Amino acid sequence: MWKWLHPYAKPEASFRLAGAFVPWFTALAVLCLSIGTVWGLLFAPSDYQQGDSFRIIYVHVPAAILSMGAYLTMAIAGFIALVWQIKQSEIYVAAVAPIGAGFTFIALLTGAAWGKPMWGTWWVWDARLTSELILLFLYLGVIALYNAFDDKALAGRSASILSLVGVINLPIIHYSVEWWNTLHQGASITKFAKPSIDSAMLWPLLINIVGFGAFLGALSLVRFRTELLKREQRRPWVRQLLLGTGEA
Amino acid sequence: MRAAFNVVQRELLIAMRRKSDILNPLWFLLIVITLFPLALGPEPELLARVAPGVLWVAALLSSLLSLERLFRDDYLDGSLEQLLLSGHPLAALSLAKIVAHWLLTALPLLLLSPLFAVLLGLSMPIFKATFLTLLIGTPVLSLIGGVGVALTVGLRRGGVLLSLLVLPLFIPVLIFATSAIEAASFGLPYAGHLAIMGAIAMLTLCFAPFATASALRVSMS
Repeated sequence: MWKWLHPYAKPEASFRLAGAFVPWFTALAVLCLSIGTVWGLLFAPSDYQQGDSFRIIYVHVPAAILSMGAYLTMAIAGFIALVWQIKQSEIYVAAVAPIGAGFTFIALLTGAAWGKPMWGTWWVWDARLTSELILLFLYLGVIALYNAFDDKALAGRSASILSLVGVINLPIIHYSVEWWNTLHQGASITKFAKPSIDSAMLWPLLINIVGFGAFLGALSLVRFRTELLKREQRRPWVRQLLLGTGEA
Repeated sequence: MRAAFNVVQRELLIAMRRKSDILNPLWFLLIVITLFPLALGPEPELLARVAPGVLWVAALLSSLLSLERLFRDDYLDGSLEQLLLSGHPLAALSLAKIVAHWLLTALPLLLLSPLFAVLLGLSMPIFKATFLTLLIGTPVLSLIGGVGVALTVGLRRGGVLLSLLVLPLFIPVLIFATSAIEAASFGLPYAGHLAIMGAIAMLTLCFAPFATASALRVSMS
């Protein structure tokens, strides 16, 4: 049943396949991001309470959603790498971790920029903010562990284990932080309760979420291809590809 | 089972021969706890307010200090490799090492906790809550720490990296422990907090030995 997958276990084949997907993801990302962003920033109606500053959600919300989505894909890849010992999944773990960390950072940064005019402060120890910050720590842990090893085969497997341990902990951390916050202070929570979003505002947001997803896909595939080339640099097919000659 | 028991026995014997390994983290904990009243001021109300947090953060840091010796010495002298080759299930052996580590680092801390309570001016009900949270929470710290040490044992400078990996994972235990103590200080029931900590402990007990074992296999290959 899974036999059609087997040829892609060859690094060369997965390199080609990733390369074939990159232009499609890039095109989708450019299309969706330009439509969604222009629509969201220029044409969507402004909020009756927050004015134009609500428009940051067109960057903030997709980045926040995909920072978690990227962690999930990383953990799934880590699981595949550990159970079926597939080298390409380890490489994907290493490839997606910095991108996920970048998305998390964007979500935190735009959240802070929005929080300053809205709440009057850059940072509150709110449950969601705190668990996003901890998500950033988890990403940085995976990246630091991967870079600490000289032997990248070991590094990939260690990073896979850590990403799996992290994904089991993530819901526990999320709920504990949520509970911790509601125990201490309820005031900032109510600021989150927004009126249910109007469809004129919602559509650009959905398009941007798809665009960010395609952007994540394109970026992680490019990084995957680079990591794969680095890992396989001594193999004949890489030399053949890079030198453009038939000689190995 | 017998092999795991032998591992525990051997660890305890080694530790008895080199007592400073057990004592130094406790000294560290004592010094950290002394620093807080000096830094924040000695008013009893203030100390009683921050005491649970101080005690738990200090316990986290001192457990980090002692974590490295969980596998490091065995890795360097080759006995970890012998454990891997012994043919006994590695998860059971790593659990045995973690149990030994808990007996050597967390148990002395629990025994000394009345002293810390006196230093920070904790009343009897609050001390009882603190003791119970430490009793349930420290095994989680040892278990999660075991995974971290197993991941970093092959690295030359794994110490800082270990704390970066492990500290974010300690957060749930810290939150539930301190909120249990806080509930106790208001005279509220805190059995629910303890139950959740117990659930976390059971969950880590189920998964952490296997994660530790597979991490050790990676580190030793």
